[in-house]
Amino acid sequence: MARTLTFKIFRYNPYDSDSTPFLQDYKVEETQRMNLFAALNYIRDELDPTLMFDFVCRAGICGSCGMMINGRPTLACRTLTADLPEVIELLPLPYFKMLGDLSVDTGVWFRQMEENVESWIHTQKEFDPAAEEERMDNELANKIYESERCIECGCCIAGCATANVNADFLGAAGLYRVGRFMMDPRDERDEEQWFELVSTDEGVFGCIGMMACGDVCPKDLPLLEIMAYVRRKMSAAAMTK
Amino acid sequence: MSNIYTSDVLVIGAGLAGERIAVAAAKEGLKVIILSLVPPKRSHSAAAQGGMQAALGNAAKGKGDNATVHWLDTVKGSDWGADQEVARIFADNSPIAMREMAHYGVPWNRVKGGPAEYFIKGKKVTVEEDAAKEGLITARAFGGTAKWRTCYTADGTGHSVLYTMDNMAIQLGVTVHDRMEALGLIHADGVCKGAVVRSLRNGSLSSYFARATVIATGGYGRIYGHSTNAVINEGTGVSIALDTGIIPLGNMEAVQFHPTGIVPTDILVTEGCRGDGGYLLDVDEYRFMPDYEPEKQELASRDVVSRRMKEHMLKGKGVHSPYGDHLWLDLRHLGAKHLHTKLREVYDICKYFIGIDPITELVPVRPTQHYSMGGIRVNKDGHVYNMKGLFSAGEAACWDLHGFNRLGGNSLAETIVAGMVVGKQVTAFAKANPVEVSTSLARQFEERQQKRIDALYAGSGRESVVGIKRDMAEILSDKVGIFRTGEGLKEAVAEFSKLIRRADEIKVRSTIPGRNMELTEALKLKGMVKLGFCIAAGAEARKESRGAHTRDDFPARDDAGWLNRTLARWPEGAEQPELSYEPVGTIDMPPGDRGYGGGQMIPMSISVEDYNATVDELQKKNGKHETMEPINTGLKPGLWKKEVK
Ligand SMILES: Cc1cc2nc3c(=O)[nH]c(=O)nc-3n(C[C@H](O)[C@H](O)[C@H](O)COP(=O)(O)OP(=O)(O)OC[C@H]3O[C@@H](n4cnc5c(N)ncnc54)[C@H](O)[C@@H]3O)c2cc1C
Ligand code: SF4
Ligand code: SF4
Ligand code: FES
Repeated sequence: MARTLTFKIFRYNPYDSDSTPFLQDYKVEETQRMNLFAALNYIRDELDPTLMFDFVCRAGICGSCGMMINGRPTLACRTLTADLPEVIELLPLPYFKMLGDLSVDTGVWFRQMEENVESWIHTQKEFDPAAEEERMDNELANKIYESERCIECGCCIAGCATANVNADFLGAAGLYRVGRFMMDPRDERDEEQWFELVSTDEGVFGCIGMMACGDVCPKDLPLLEIMAYVRRKMSAAAMTK
Repeated sequence: MSNIYTSDVLVIGAGLAGERIAVAAAKEGLKVIILSLVPPKRSHSAAAQGGMQAALGNAAKGKGDNATVHWLDTVKGSDWGADQEVARIFADNSPIAMREMAHYGVPWNRVKGGPAEYFIKGKKVTVEEDAAKEGLITARAFGGTAKWRTCYTADGTGHSVLYTMDNMAIQLGVTVHDRMEALGLIHADGVCKGAVVRSLRNGSLSSYFARATVIATGGYGRIYGHSTNAVINEGTGVSIALDTGIIPLGNMEAVQFHPTGIVPTDILVTEGCRGDGGYLLDVDEYRFMPDYEPEKQELASRDVVSRRMKEHMLKGKGVHSPYGDHLWLDLRHLGAKHLHTKLREVYDICKYFIGIDPITELVPVRPTQHYSMGGIRVNKDGHVYNMKGLFSAGEAACWDLHGFNRLGGNSLAETIVAGMVVGKQVTAFAKANPVEVSTSLARQFEERQQKRIDALYAGSGRESVVGIKRDMAEILSDKVGIFRTGEGLKEAVAEFSKLIRRADEIKVRSTIPGRNMELTEALKLKGMVKLGFCIAAGAEARKESRGAHTRDDFPARDDAGWLNRTLARWPEGAEQPELSYEPVGTIDMPPGDRGYGGGQMIPMSISVEDYNATVDELQKKNGKHETMEPINTGLKPGLWKKEVK
């Protein structure tokens, strides 16, 4: 019953001038409930201490471990080997800057995106420590939370045709973030400001709507719904212009 | 020569505590650099699910709550090990901190007026939520609290709050250098000047100089091997303070085990599961907690629930599995809707990591290392003992509102409250002091790290990083775990004496340029072993049981002999930590019964007045700096008497 898995892992160290990209094979005996977090750590602990990859929470919440697993961008820590064939090919997420083997620089990309969409509440109000908080309907609070659940893993960007040809495209994650602030009444940005930000080819009109992003998002976020919401808002704004 | 960076404030750690301090300083126009092992939003704070405590009193079951009741719960929870003034500063500021986060965008769950259904102590009850409070921040139940006080955003509280905080830092233009690891502090004559840092991209060393430096590197549970902590929580930030030889770590033996780590992956499912009405069941699917704790049942404090679970398993009532014994968490009666909304992360974790559907199946759980009450000892301003210009906050620090057991929901709240309070002091200090860039100091301290690196390449190779980590984890889990014995602790200390030497026998074989994972891991090892040693030594020396520190040979809490805080230093060249003790702080509410957990108590042998008379002096003798405001100004003595029935 126990399988011997063959991992074919992309190797390349950009900081080593002698390094050239290649696929390296590792054999691993599968154990019960093994996930890729356990498997990759086993490889590094027992077979090859030079292998580079990123895990932080190992619980599917922090977004560190996105990679291409048999051709599909997803989180390694919550992928069980039992759901995969005997031969498992692991490649780094495309599009992002390569840091070594399976490790890519998603952090810098997301910070740039956040600066671009000004990912914070725009308000003229000062916080008053003595005052009661502004009231909010619980349903709305839940809706905002829902639109905030993106963990910045980058899978949707890696799987997106537009992002791969237009480096400044906000991507599904970027548009999702826009939607998050657009629906938040605490954010005072008006339609004009939003229009300027997202009614471009880098924004909502760059998206060709093939929904690769929605298929791969490991948090099952309703990307389609939110992008449609942003697009609707922008079309309405365009009409009144 | 490598790179030198300067800023007004250098913050090591981009979790909630570090970022809140960065925000405080940046708002005052200071130049801040944050260092982090990972992009800030991936810090472990993001993983907190359950929520944070603040006495807002909006929920029906939180009615009548106030900062004093919160303070009372906290001090009791700490088993009187907390600094009561710090606990007061914390409880007073926590509501402000929650509202501030609401202002900046956190979508806290809100009160919905009218009848609401909850599971309380095993029964479904209908509670009328106050319509006048509609739309204000609501709260859920957590262990060890008199009121429902834990503010939350579904079960993604840490995620929401950290994202909002990081957004604020971005808005303020705070510089972040991620994938950087601080390896040593730069200091001279008891003044901290900055840190030596290694890049986890290209492996180069740099020196950072600042007017004020902050360590906010979070917990270090990974030294236990089995831990709910993220894999990056390995304690380098705390061990670099210890490496100075003069900074003491407080109460390292106070280690929290969370009742519900899932088996086998050790991933946490939140206390909110029990807060929302989940049960613990044994091998016979019998609900055993009410037998041990009739009043609080599953919602006694964590040290107590973990102990009862272990006790019950020792009676043979655990469920056997290839991964060791465990118990069950039963969430089935909460229903699909609840598990798909308020406990969705829990649902996902069960489904993706152990293939269990909690709507229809039981979840295997057992107590798992979770939180480090101990850490870098600071005064109430967050200023580190014995080292001017160095501050610490969050889980890395021992500010000490938690004493020997922290309440669920109090640590996430601590990060942002301490961030506010300490952030103010950091800002004031940075404004009043110059930044002194010294290339010779930079060289001296970088060379120290370079020598360590060279030594690791040249090592004997008789030991391996993996092997030492494994052995250390085993010693700590078996002998310095939930139940401790005098014999076991003696053995643990003896084994650490060996481990510390074995840690010098490792060898890094791959010399590849860049991040070099093997070297990265090896560089952390000695520091981890030192922290483990401090835990074992502190536990061996403490001849009583208090909070999470439970000894079968000294089962009573001993307020005559041990109403104090352990301080562990590691003098240069020493082979083991050096322990000393200081009073816990000024006592306002005298030690008493917690109301749960049972256990004996040995009363204080001197009066509270006499105890209090020496606190300031004895703490200063141990390295406490003068505080901005004199001792006790934050205490509000006597208020608690009104709240005790
Ligand atoms: C699974 C889980 C769930 C939890 N849930 C709750 C909850 O519901 N309620 C609650 O109150 N508490 C909870 N806690 C506890 C709480 O989350 C933590 O105590 C708190 O988030 C710690 O925050 P921090 O800012 O101190 O550290 P962290 O968020 O851990 O951040 C540490 C930072 O330091 C950086 N760092 C570390 N070492 C170095 C170094 N050498 N050089 C540079 N950077 C470094 C890291 O990159 C990171 O950015 C939970 C803990 C866990 C493990
Ligand atoms: S739907 Fe749009 S954002 Fe999503 S993958 Fe396709 S082009 Fe990219
Ligand atoms: S939208 Fe989904 S896939 Fe994209 S970054 Fe966020 S969590 Fe990842
Ligand atoms: S390690 Fe955090 S999502 Fe995989």
